[in-house]
Amino acid sequence: MDLKLQKIIPQLITVLVVVLVFGFFTYNAQINMENRGIDFGYGFLSQESSFDVQFSLIEYDGSHSYFRAYLVGLLNTILVSVIGIIFATILGVIVGVARLSPNYLINQFAAFYVEFFRNIPLLLQIFFWYFAALRALPLPQDADAMLGVFFLTIKGLYVPAFIWENLNVFLYSIIAAIVAIVVIRIHARKVQETQGKQLPVFWISVGLIFILPLLSFLIGGVSLSFEIPKLKQLATTSFIYEGGVSLPPELIALTLSLALYTATFIAECVRAGIQGVGKGQKEAAASIGLNPNQVLKLVVMPQALRIIIPPTTNQYLNLTKNSSLAAAIAYPDLVLVFAGTALMQTGKAIEIVSITMLTYLSLSVSISILMNWYNKKIAIKEK
Amino acid sequence: MFKYLKQLTSLVAMVAVLFTFTTETMAAKKSKTLKNTQKKGFVRCGVSQGLPGFSNADAAGNWTGIDVDVCRAVAAAVLGDANKVKFTPLSAKERFTALTSGEIDILSRNTTWTLSRDADIGLTFVGVNFYDGQGFMVRKSSGITSTSQFKDGISACTNIGTTTELNMRDFFNSKGISYEPVAFEKADEVVAAYDAGRCDTYTTDKSGLAAQRTKMSNPDDHIVLPETVSKEPLGPVVRQGDSVWEDIVRWSLNAMIEAEEYGITSANADSMKTSDNPAVKRLVGAEGELGAAFGLDNEWSLRIIKQVGNYGESYKRNIADTGILPDRGPNELWTKGGILYVPPAR
Repeated sequence: MDLKLQKIIPQLITVLVVVLVFGFFTYNAQINMENRGIDFGYGFLSQESSFDVQFSLIEYDGSHSYFRAYLVGLLNTILVSVIGIIFATILGVIVGVARLSPNYLINQFAAFYVEFFRNIPLLLQIFFWYFAALRALPLPQDADAMLGVFFLTIKGLYVPAFIWENLNVFLYSIIAAIVAIVVIRIHARKVQETQGKQLPVFWISVGLIFILPLLSFLIGGVSLSFEIPKLKQLATTSFIYEGGVSLPPELIALTLSLALYTATFIAECVRAGIQGVGKGQKEAAASIGLNPNQVLKLVVMPQALRIIIPPTTNQYLNLTKNSSLAAAIAYPDLVLVFAGTALMQTGKAIEIVSITMLTYLSLSVSISILMNWYNKKIAIKEK
Repeated sequence: MFKYLKQLTSLVAMVAVLFTFTTETMAAKKSKTLKNTQKKGFVRCGVSQGLPGFSNADAAGNWTGIDVDVCRAVAAAVLGDANKVKFTPLSAKERFTALTSGEIDILSRNTTWTLSRDADIGLTFVGVNFYDGQGFMVRKSSGITSTSQFKDGISACTNIGTTTELNMRDFFNSKGISYEPVAFEKADEVVAAYDAGRCDTYTTDKSGLAAQRTKMSNPDDHIVLPETVSKEPLGPVVRQGDSVWEDIVRWSLNAMIEAEEYGITSANADSMKTSDNPAVKRLVGAEGELGAAFGLDNEWSLRIIKQVGNYGESYKRNIADTGILPDRGPNELWTKGGILYVPPAR
């Protein structure tokens, strides 16, 4: 009994202190806000925002509500995070493997890349890509077309827009291909387990993913045409491109700097993971007759991933949170749109900052949950 | 003998303590902000991160500008020394939070007086030290000479967290022009992006355009279009709830403007004490008891005029002589065709 009490009392005191501290700050904020005549409440979210945003994934203008502006910012944050994570992962894996390459030139170049980009503050890199690299880009009227259809200018990257006919048929064909591949894989595994035969699953998959969509063009009535950006004159020396899709330079600079920066850390995680698998494992795998490809796929990678995933999760979280530096270069992310403009127009500092914090928290926790699930899936399953 | 001396010292000490105590509580009754300012020995003033003519720091860290002069005037009135000001550079986004949270006591940062800001967020505007309006800057080479030549797809660089963002929308909407807003957190980055060619036009208060133009790599390549698309009365702001401090800041500004009206300058302020005009004598502290109402002495306004100068001197020094806006326009006295008109100090 005594011992039990001894264990509980410190915990009770801790809880009490936390509650008191939290209560004190809440009370303090309340008193101060009352003294200064500031109302507290989330009602402003349904009011008309009356400001426009440069770039939005959903339909938005100033006649929509502050809540809609919040969604615009949130989606832009998610967009830049997802693109950043994809590029950072691809680049990180390539560089991480390159660092282990026996080729001196390749591994030294990879090492230089890692040391260079991870040791310069991210904000500086963002400024570099936005202001220094941007200044070097041509004005729209001077831009040369890349491949005849892409235009990289100081006002952004203009790419052709796809104009689909019967897009749904095309999408169905892709879904059908994926389903077919999954079925074939399951079947191939059964064949291998029961008869010991290996089917050429990879080539069948590649074939399916090309042939089915191709068929949809030939007999499904799907057609695709491109709308190529055209130069439009606004004034004597002021031009833009019309038609097509334009990617703002802010998005490009931010994605580029986030991906290049985070890739260095992911590269180190990958290198650590591969080096963390014992040499004996590879030798043992080779001795039972697996070819080098199978050694990598069946023995090394499953073990390396267990080492790679947890620290890489941290890097994904960092990238998402670092995307809030967007405000410095006018990319309309959550911080710029909601914790910036909306906060200024409404003056609801506590409400908006609390919503923004909760949002980043939820984003990070979601990524964590997803990655932990994946980590658990590839973890050693003891039978 | 020695015993008496000891008693006497303790008595003196007690009286001294009592005296400071009573004067302090009197001041405290009047204004908590005033009391804190006098205790600290400096005025805490929020300014911009660098807007020539309004609030700008030189290489040595000395702040100048007409917004800076408002804070200096308050320091001269309250502390007797116009240099006893601690300047805090703030972005448009940070400024109101800094003021309401008590980090600064005056916000003098080219801030537009609007209803929602005044009524909603715990702020009180005390007056107007610059009548401004939003305008557009474009490259001369673009051939644009009027906002009526703007076309669909134009990109406009500006700051976030300002009335500019809202006015810009109103303006383009009313003209039915689709536009791309590119909004940065800091003015320097807006200028850099516009200068690099990211945007076709740069929009903010006209005074701001004139001031920022001086920072461009080649100022002569840019022009400010003649149209004014909004009213932007800029002025100092204080926290709500300290009406004495509010009055001190308001009348420090008013004193500068009225001093110009009566021709009192930093050079002739002392000699004006013998003026025949009672209004002049009140402003230089030779008549009336105006300072007592704020808990200040009677020479508060004299110190402002002597140390900072009148509004006209401040304007000339900071805005006209620096070539930002040589023409005073609406910021001329009402007696000379402008709209600067302040209630009488009496």
